Amino acid sequence: MRALECTPTLPGYALSRLVGGTRGGPFTMLRLAHRAAPALPGEGWVRLRPRLAGVCGSDVAALTGHASPYLGALASSPFVPGHEVVATVAEAGERWTEGARVVVEPLLHCGVRGVVPPCPRCAAGEPQGCESVAGEGLAPGLQTGYCATTGGGWATELVAHQSQLHAVPAQLDDRDAVMVEPLACALHAVLRTRPGPDDRVLVVGAGTLGLLVIAALRYAARPGRVIAVAKHPEQRRLAARLGADAVAEPRTMLRTVRFETGARMVEGRAVDPFLLGGADVSFECSGSATGLQDAIACTRAGGTVVMAGMPGRASLDLAPAWHRELTLRGAYGYGVETASAAGRGVEPPRRTFDVALEAALALRPGRLVEAPHSLEDYREALARAASAGSRGAVKVAFAPQRAPGGLRG
Amino acid sequence: MNRPGTVVEVGRSTPPILVHNGDSVVLQRFPPGTRVVYPPDPLPGLRDPDGAIRRALLNPLDCEPLPALLHPGMRLTIAVDDISLPLPPMRWPDVRARVLEAVLDLAADAGVDDVEILIATSLHRRMTAAEVLHAVGRRVFDAFWPDRLRNFDAEDPAALVEVGTTEQGEVVEVSRRAATSDLLVYVNITLVAMDGGHKSVAVGLASYRSLRHHHNVHTLRHTRSLMDPPHSALHHSCDRMGRLLERHMKVFKIETTLNNDTFPAALGFLNRREGEWTPRDHAVARMVASTTAMLPPAQARAVFHRTRAPYALTGVFAGATEPVHARALESLYRQQVVPVRGQSDVLTVGIPYVGPYNVNSIMNPVLVFCMGLGYFFNMYRGMPLVRRGGVLILTHPCRAEFHPVHHPSYIDFYEQVLAETRDPVRMEAEYEERFASDAWYRQLYRRSHAYHGVHPFYMWFWGAHALEHLGDVVVVGGDRAACRRLGFRSASTLEDALEMASQTVGTHPSVTHLHCPPLFVCDVEPGGFETGVP
Repeated sequence: MRALECTPTLPGYALSRLVGGTRGGPFTMLRLAHRAAPALPGEGWVRLRPRLAGVCGSDVAALTGHASPYLGALASSPFVPGHEVVATVAEAGERWTEGARVVVEPLLHCGVRGVVPPCPRCAAGEPQGCESVAGEGLAPGLQTGYCATTGGGWATELVAHQSQLHAVPAQLDDRDAVMVEPLACALHAVLRTRPGPDDRVLVVGAGTLGLLVIAALRYAARPGRVIAVAKHPEQRRLAARLGADAVAEPRTMLRTVRFETGARMVEGRAVDPFLLGGADVSFECSGSATGLQDAIACTRAGGTVVMAGMPGRASLDLAPAWHRELTLRGAYGYGVETASAAGRGVEPPRRTFDVALEAALALRPGRLVEAPHSLEDYREALARAASAGSRGAVKVAFAPQRAPGGLRG
Repeated sequence: MNRPGTVVEVGRSTPPILVHNGDSVVLQRFPPGTRVVYPPDPLPGLRDPDGAIRRALLNPLDCEPLPALLHPGMRLTIAVDDISLPLPPMRWPDVRARVLEAVLDLAADAGVDDVEILIATSLHRRMTAAEVLHAVGRRVFDAFWPDRLRNFDAEDPAALVEVGTTEQGEVVEVSRRAATSDLLVYVNITLVAMDGGHKSVAVGLASYRSLRHHHNVHTLRHTRSLMDPPHSALHHSCDRMGRLLERHMKVFKIETTLNNDTFPAALGFLNRREGEWTPRDHAVARMVASTTAMLPPAQARAVFHRTRAPYALTGVFAGATEPVHARALESLYRQQVVPVRGQSDVLTVGIPYVGPYNVNSIMNPVLVFCMGLGYFFNMYRGMPLVRRGGVLILTHPCRAEFHPVHHPSYIDFYEQVLAETRDPVRMEAEYEERFASDAWYRQLYRRSHAYHGVHPFYMWFWGAHALEHLGDVVVVGGDRAACRRLGFRSASTLEDALEMASQTVGTHPSVTHLHCPPLFVCDVEPGGFETGVP
């Protein structure tokens, strides 16, 4: 099979930070390889052929050496990236027929790993906090796409446990389906926080995750007011279309939040301006330290800052968070939601992926996916993903089955 | 001999005309056939200003002499116009200082102890101590600042009182100190015909609750013009409010008029017609134009904002509000009126470095809008200089630069409101209340030196009549993005601007250029200037 294979090494890590690892080639961590397809690890596993596989910001961070080393300890190499996957079942299995179209829920929790009894987090219905991911049952890996055993979506084949698969409704095309995983991340962040009708919500960053958080807020929570911060004009346009009440550039963010929330702005010496008052809930979706610092500066005392975007190592002034008694919480992945999506008539608990599939029918997130790339075009694809915002793009994806030189459609 | 204002038609040998360009000037060639309207020469000032002030106080119009109104144990409040007058700030001594000293001397002679002086800021920014010192003089400042000489606070509920409601339902809420005094003496500088009269107290000492009755889109659309009070809905409302106030309180009004000797000798070329420039004037003009164009904006601003006008007092009138104002207007119009025959397709004007709301500050794009469409468009009696559907061409860099201390609400108005709509009716309905009641803006207005949160709306409403009247506005040298935000178009040169204007008014449009400042007002009569075909 053909696969984009990542082998993290120290020199490759260093070089990637210097020159950007998306270019691939010698001395970087990524290459296009012809290799044996992954073996089925055991009973209940299914072979898949990816139809589309998305490029996530976390993938770009990993390849460019900007992901936290913490996450490197929860991956096994060589791995094939790609955890946003819509695929065709290649061989009939116990629960799935050959040719079925499925999306992959990439978490490699106890249920997937065959760990019995399950760890306390999995037992509590919180698979995103699984404590077995460091190597029990399978090679280490938080998710499909970071595990040497399973392969990933950036290849012509991968394997997945039958419990990871969700059937794609016929009404969703492949582009909608490849967005189900990031939509699930957005819904999970929103449903865990549950902003209410009186809440003023700030969304910092309008890449894929930020835009989907805005959409998820309108779909599942219906807060009082949504303020989005987006760097690029196309992002701002999409943020407004997806339901943001006010959209600001980073340079006008503070004033916009002040205006929208009636806060007071304080300007002092040797400190960036900040607000007294501000948003009730802030979702930081850019994964950057600046974004997180800004979100903290714009959240009122007693409010909540949700780290939805994957952060790296950061140097922050946490005095505002301490002074204002903020709740700083992470939102990783998805699992089982105990909060109901507002007004949807759906009773919890439900798997986030199930909620996301229904939301995708309403939201049609596939319109954010641009024409997919072949695996051979990975340099162009990854460069585009790394600078998607400035290029007016949102989601970049691979069509791994496409032959080299095939037309992009 | 003082020459009246005049209209000069540009010929092929006419030298370049000086045009103000914000914190710079440019020398501009106009197409042949352009009418250039020049102000009258400055009238001579009164030989004995202090004597004239004293005589006015002792011989007021329709009122007892001021000493007869002063007695021991009374409560006296004196209000003075704020930083917005005069423009540019005048050199020492400011006329307010002269008048204040005369009034306070009489009050002291009469044994009046309870005296307070209010700066009638309305919803303008608080004046700084240095600015107040310049306006009132050292003697008054040292005796009264800060306890008995202060800026009016229109957002202090304890400092306001509702006096009543006019027959048209307009709530009149003003300074409690002023309304409950035995006598309010108001010291005006009637720089333009918009100033003075009942407007002084009804606006200068009033709260937002009162101002919203006339500082609104409907009223400003029916104010034709701001410089022609009999035809101004704004002034009619102020008159109703002022008359109601004077049924409840005693007002002794002092209005002063100045000549139009606007620029000091060092910048004397700005006062004179180009055809009469000396070689020195030519050299200084070119040096100022080139130097200020090269300097960073902050330094160019500093060059001009240090200017002090050598204004001379031409009239001082005291007594009852309405007869005083009538005499002040006569004196003002004697200096400022220029008769002009016929409207034109295009009106051009250079926006100078200072307006009422950016003294010692920055002229941001919203203020450029107000200067062009609010003030210069309205410098007429009779009919606007530009025909309905015509084009206004302004010259100004129009940078999106804001003073963060003076104009914080303007920044949000520009970024949030103007990004959404330029329709003043929609702004008024959807956004005004939010700005007017914003706690942060209120805090900055009361404790810092910020214009009130609602103030940028008033700047936009000031141009409401022009917005309905004009077909297009083009800004020569204006920042493209800022102009677009204002709904204007930007042109690199006057020639390009006229080319763009021709898309609206046709080819060979008639063009009138206002050579202003110095300030003047045009009495426009119909007929006589149809096209600019040479």
